[in-house]
Amino acid sequence: MTENAIITARGLRKSFGPTEALRGVDLDVRRGEVLAVMGPSGSGKSTLLHCLAGVVVPDEGTVRVAGRDVTALDEAARSRLRLAEFGFVFQFGQLLPELTAADNVALPLLLAGTPRGRARTAAHAALARLDLAGAERRYPTELSGGQAQRVAIARALVTRPKVLFADEPTGSLDSLAAEHVLTAMLDLVREDGTTVVLITHDPRTAAHADREVIVRDGRIGASSGMVA
Amino acid sequence: MDNGKTLLGLLSQGPSHGYDLKHTFDRFFGGEKPLAFGQVYAVLARMLRDGLIAYVGEEATGEAPDRKKYMVTPIGREMLLGWMFTAEPPSPASRSDLMAKTVIALLVDEDAQRLLDVQRSAHLARMRDLTKARRDAALLDVLAYDHALFHIEADLRWIDLAAARLDALRQEIAQR
Repeated sequence: MTENAIITARGLRKSFGPTEALRGVDLDVRRGEVLAVMGPSGSGKSTLLHCLAGVVVPDEGTVRVAGRDVTALDEAARSRLRLAEFGFVFQFGQLLPELTAADNVALPLLLAGTPRGRARTAAHAALARLDLAGAERRYPTELSGGQAQRVAIARALVTRPKVLFADEPTGSLDSLAAEHVLTAMLDLVREDGTTVVLITHDPRTAAHADREVIVRDGRIGASSGMVA
Repeated sequence: MDNGKTLLGLLSQGPSHGYDLKHTFDRFFGGEKPLAFGQVYAVLARMLRDGLIAYVGEEATGEAPDRKKYMVTPIGREMLLGWMFTAEPPSPASRSDLMAKTVIALLVDEDAQRLLDVQRSAHLARMRDLTKARRDAALLDVLAYDHALFHIEADLRWIDLAAARLDALRQEIAQR
């Protein structure tokens, strides 16, 4: 195991019916690093992210996060772990359309039992950190694509997660908006020391990471970047 | 990059001498590799010979060793506009090398996937360096970094497509 690894995956295998999505993946993610996971469509990179984040349980192999074996937890315990220690950002922000920006951001805190007033204050602060002060009362349909993604990032970071899992977080944006959203996200996580697993097929996005791994045919291929 | 045409363009802003032109060039395009004075004077002499620029007199500036001032002629201006509005062919040098390596690797039954992986890693590492340097750069430099980044990205797309086609390529090469 790499010293200072916050996530350690060993021998991960996962099939969906006859399709082998992961065919023996070993991966260490270091504490505080931004790791880009690249690879062609269907290579298994999203399945890998789901296994690392405890969304999916692998058929074989283990995932340890901060020393804890995630693969040994039941669904309820994995759900609590995801809520408390992980943040998620997807290609399409997946904001709830009937909630304002602030209420979307406050949601994970409310689900975790934080009192409403404190959750709201934290949500406003998280939005301000992403340059969205003044947009608290807007609904998702009243936001630009880039703004909506920044709200989604605020929601993912409001719980101060240990690990942020981002699956093509700028995939739906044009180059300039993507640049702004990505820079805003990475400035914050680097400031907080949050570890990031960033799935992208876009080399310019991956170039913002400290290191990248390539997933091909369910295995980890080439890798380059920062050495611990 | 065509340094001659670029200098002609800089001189189109108004009469100037070699010393100033060199510094203006470096300010906009020098990056890590400033232009040599010798190159500037050689280009000026050639453009003067070809009638693209004309000598307009001398100026005492104190710091400039060569104080001959030049201006762009109408022929020079026409040449500049012709260059400016003619599309550049994409640079084929690095790609054709990689293509040759890939084909040869397939011909001699070497690991073509590996050589593409090696090249991909090197390209991504270079992109990471450029992205880091770009982070706090002025907008003019950001523009130059973006240009470099998009070109490397184009090569990476080619590498990914070539990697995805290796099996089919191997079969086609075997049949030739």
